[in-house]
Amino acid sequence: MFAGLGFSLGSGEALVLRGPNGSGKSSLLRLLAGLLRREAGTLTWNGEDVDDDREAWRVVFAFAGHADAVKPLLTVRENISFWAEIAGAGTARVSDALARFAIAPLAEVPARFLSAGQRRRTGLARLVAAPRTLWLLDEPSVGLDADATESFAALMAEHRAGGGMIIAATHIELGLDDATNLVLG
Amino acid sequence: MASILHRFANPARFMRLSAILLPWAVGITLLTLVAGIYLALFASPADYQQGETVRIMYVHVPAAWMALFVYGVMAAASAVGLIWRHPLADMAARVASPIGAGFTFVALVTGSLWGQPMWGTWWVWDARLTSVLILFFLYLGHMALADAFDDATKGARAAAILALVGVINLPIIHFSVDWWNTLHQPASVVRGGGPSIAAEMMWPLMTMALAFKTYFVTVLLLGMRAEVTAAKLRALRRTQVAAATTVAAV
Amino acid sequence: MSAIFSLIRRDLALAWRRASEIVAVLIFFVLAIVLFPLGVGPDLAVLSRIAAGTIWVAALLAAMLSLDRLFLPDHDDGSLDLLMASPLSLEAIVLAKCCAHWLVTGLPLIVCAPVLAILMNLPWEGFATLVLAMALGTPTLSLVGAIGAALTVGVRRGGTLVPLLVLPLVIPVLIFGVGAVDGAVAGASVSGQLMILAAALLVALVLAPFAAAAGLRLAAE
Repeated sequence: MFAGLGFSLGSGEALVLRGPNGSGKSSLLRLLAGLLRREAGTLTWNGEDVDDDREAWRVVFAFAGHADAVKPLLTVRENISFWAEIAGAGTARVSDALARFAIAPLAEVPARFLSAGQRRRTGLARLVAAPRTLWLLDEPSVGLDADATESFAALMAEHRAGGGMIIAATHIELGLDDATNLVLG
Repeated sequence: MASILHRFANPARFMRLSAILLPWAVGITLLTLVAGIYLALFASPADYQQGETVRIMYVHVPAAWMALFVYGVMAAASAVGLIWRHPLADMAARVASPIGAGFTFVALVTGSLWGQPMWGTWWVWDARLTSVLILFFLYLGHMALADAFDDATKGARAAAILALVGVINLPIIHFSVDWWNTLHQPASVVRGGGPSIAAEMMWPLMTMALAFKTYFVTVLLLGMRAEVTAAKLRALRRTQVAAATTVAAV
Repeated sequence: MSAIFSLIRRDLALAWRRASEIVAVLIFFVLAIVLFPLGVGPDLAVLSRIAAGTIWVAALLAAMLSLDRLFLPDHDDGSLDLLMASPLSLEAIVLAKCCAHWLVTGLPLIVCAPVLAILMNLPWEGFATLVLAMALGTPTLSLVGAIGAALTVGVRRGGTLVPLLVLPLVIPVLIFGVGAVDGAVAGASVSGQLMILAAALLVALVLAPFAAAAGLRLAAE
């Protein structure tokens, strides 16, 4: 699917994937997340090949795909706590995440009552509840209204300011003007 | 090992090789089949107990052997495909499956025909027939799974995993069916395929077994050639669709 | 390790909150058994002869029904992707989900079985062995079933394919499960059959997660 692709990303930097539909932006993100097999080429983190220690690589990134992974039968808090526990981060930062994404009033509401935008925010709240250095984001702003999008852009800027990195596939301006562009397709 | 296998991974090379092998395979199949049928029908004695119907054994027993043999080949090809990602191996497993199912079906039908004069019914649940019946379902499941995927490569890989699980399970299934059979002691087991076969019966049996094996190889080669062509067609269609999309985008 | 328990807890919570799905499987189990007296007549002697076999067959079919929920919901809403990208190993995830699945479907079957044994006039001697054999056999059904569920998770209408794939593979469990119960009714020793069921469970515990994980990885590509 891809050939001759190369990029490097340093602390605080962002990479934006651009290209028409079907050009493989989602596939590239899934490949980085380890969901697609890499036939050739290498992926290194801090100079070490990712294949040598996959466990170590999996705690470096957080992946947010098209789907929210929000269970309708669980409450907002339960959804976020679950993913935080899976990531090994415990529930310490869940309240923080709820506040940050303006869904604290909905904390005990079962997710099946949420609007699309609220569900999206519940899914993205993972990023705060289980902090990771690298964010792999696939169209994160889909379903978010203008205010929420602005909020999220601010969150991303904060993340980068703190040394975090972002690779995002997006059509929207998310405050990533100074990011490197990688055009696919 | 990987490099040896990968030398044969090239579909074009496979097409060339198989084009050379195929006439020979067909020839040997026909020869052995004719010889086997002649030996089975004319040159071997009738059983003193079963009379002429024992001749069905010359089809039933080799067919049952092939049913197992093809599953083994399928499992081996699946393993190669999964471990070394050899594209032709996956294809071979997928093509072999219906052939194996065919042999299994022949074994079941001939087993029923063979037994009917002796048992008075068209089916008994003896150990071998029951095991072969379960094997038939394993084949059907394998074929259904490979077919169920939109992406043929994924289908072949899923079927490969199933084939490996099946091959591990086969001895367990056989053992449990044997045990179940001794527990319930149904009608007498159809004899044949054991060491008690007379020497005159060995020759036709082995010839037919060889004929079936070469038949399998012939049909496998034919099937794989068809699969390679089908894969080419699919790739062509994909490029056709991609070209149309880019034109539309402009 | 606590992450694995979180996964089991979540699956249990999800099942509990949509309990009607589990109850439906149980009702199927009972209904399937009830069909037999209706089909073969109410002669208690005949029913008691086929009791062990019919209970086990119905249990197998009910288990097949429930496998749909094992991976499909997580695959559809993207949870499976996130689980695969998490620090947990996919094999451990499969085991955790099988464990939750068994607690929610296998265990109720085991609890229901003595009631159904009464309906089918199973002699008293077989009851304890029935429960024990099902306790050993139903986890194997969940584990081997997980292989079928994983291989078909990306397939349209894969649910109808799962019984065809899994039932031939679990025939040994059926044979030895029934053999144990019939043996107990006849007064013979059944330690052999139970040990084989236990061995099958161990083999499934070790091998099924790998096969199922391979299927899930295939579906994620």
